[in-house]
Amino acid sequence: MSVLLIAEHNNKELKPFTLNAITAASQIDQDLHVLVIGHNSDGAAKAASAVPLVKKVIQIENPIYENYLAENFTPVIIKHAENYSHIVCSANTFGKNLMPRIAALMDCSQVSDIIKVISPDTFLRPIYAGNAFATVKSNDKKKCVTIRPTSFDAAPSDGGSAEIVKGDGADEFTLTKFVKKEEVKSDRPELGTARIVISGGRGMQSGDNFKLITAIADKLNAAIGASRAAVDAGYITNDHQVGQTGKVVVPDLYIAVGISGAIQHLAGMKESKVIVAINKDGEAPIFSVADYGLEADLFEALPQFLEELNKLNTIQK
Amino acid sequence: MKILVAVKRVIDYNVQVRVKEDGTGVVTDNVKMSTNPPDDNAVEEAVKIKESGKATEVIAITIGEEKAQETVRKALAVGADRGIHVKADGILEPLAVSKILQKVVEKEKPDLVFMGKQAIDDDCNQTGQMLAALLNWPQATFASKIEVKDKSLDVTREVDEGLETISVNVPAIVTCDLRLNEPRYASLPNIMKAKKKPLEQLSATDLGIDTKPRIEQIKVEEPPKRKAGIKVGSVAELVQKLKNEAKVI
Repeated sequence: MSVLLIAEHNNKELKPFTLNAITAASQIDQDLHVLVIGHNSDGAAKAASAVPLVKKVIQIENPIYENYLAENFTPVIIKHAENYSHIVCSANTFGKNLMPRIAALMDCSQVSDIIKVISPDTFLRPIYAGNAFATVKSNDKKKCVTIRPTSFDAAPSDGGSAEIVKGDGADEFTLTKFVKKEEVKSDRPELGTARIVISGGRGMQSGDNFKLITAIADKLNAAIGASRAAVDAGYITNDHQVGQTGKVVVPDLYIAVGISGAIQHLAGMKESKVIVAINKDGEAPIFSVADYGLEADLFEALPQFLEELNKLNTIQK
Repeated sequence: MKILVAVKRVIDYNVQVRVKEDGTGVVTDNVKMSTNPPDDNAVEEAVKIKESGKATEVIAITIGEEKAQETVRKALAVGADRGIHVKADGILEPLAVSKILQKVVEKEKPDLVFMGKQAIDDDCNQTGQMLAALLNWPQATFASKIEVKDKSLDVTREVDEGLETISVNVPAIVTCDLRLNEPRYASLPNIMKAKKKPLEQLSATDLGIDTKPRIEQIKVEEPPKRKAGIKVGSVAELVQKLKNEAKVI
């Protein structure tokens, strides 16, 4: 038994969630190999080889892999999958798009978004927006599994020196073309890995009012999140959305401001260690998951919050 | 252009789901059921494309028990032209569903297949990608904008880093995000008219697809409950608690 993990990377380095997926994959089997498919991807391959849990890195180089398309990645993965019992990757938009295309061609019923490895064939996964947990056993010979990255710690990223071997690519899939990516650049911590997240909802009333949240995020070195309602209303871009169909976050501190707490939003944040809710509606469902609830008008509370933070001598970063 | 739209019947998104005491699943008796929300977006988009003159026919399909037909009737009431119900009982895994859809695609020969990006019951997010794989078609997942060109689509996809645009040749699979459009409501006259639209009945067995689950569901349980928190009286108290009690700032 060996596990093949598909790395998510930007050719220069691994994306952070790849390290979380490595932790989960190594719990399935310690003979863990990483597939790096890219263009000018030596940086990413070296980064994978430096992860002590990784036993071998297979690097596939071709200009057609510069931009990630599931249609181009799939035949390469199938080509290299033969000697592995498990094909795994993280359950973010990268892995969600990719893995089912692989699984279908291997006639495998995929196990999506696992939060715990119980045994090499048995996993725990949330269903119904996390309102139930299912223990499932895969009976397929080859198993395709995606991993919820925030449910596993990031693997240590240096000290290892796994061998890097070059592998073959596959023919280009010419019916799909990458056009462009509009990436939102930010100096803030990434939403998925930040220690503190502060999120705004419909109660923010406008995109401009998010500056109240930004000021606190700056002070706490926090990432900024949002409910679907706030994204739908155009207050903030989609990459900030936390919830069942957005991102799942598990920070040490999650501050929900003007968010009522629909089931779909709770699915994305209720595993956070400490939850704060600020809402003027005392009956809002968000209070049912909050460790500390403040029933207040956010337009008064947020400036006061910043003021109180400014009074503190030290703030953990 | 002909568009096939797949819709799934699920527990309504507003229902607080409860786990069965015997651990075999969740309670579905006397629970409100609806169309999977992003499937509504898929139907809406197909109907809009037809209204703009770029498509000639919209076919809605569902797979599942007898009552799953309701979702097809709803699609017919908002503008789909005809429906297909493939009868299949029990738990249906995305792999089986995509194999059934493949059979129907081979027969109907649509130019596009639309569906929601994820069903809110099993949260698998697999069917569209699997169908694309089986047909060897392009896949545009998590679509928040679709521009129909002559023989291709430009699709804006919602990805973790922001937005990505890809161009896919037709035929193609598109899985729809909730932000793609605002699904319309069916008017009463249209609901009445939908009852007269053709709805073809097939079964998974007729199509030669074995839907027996490959994944064994060992148990379903409640997630660990969060213990109830407290309400604080002021912002100053909140900050003190975060600093000295929770020790997170």
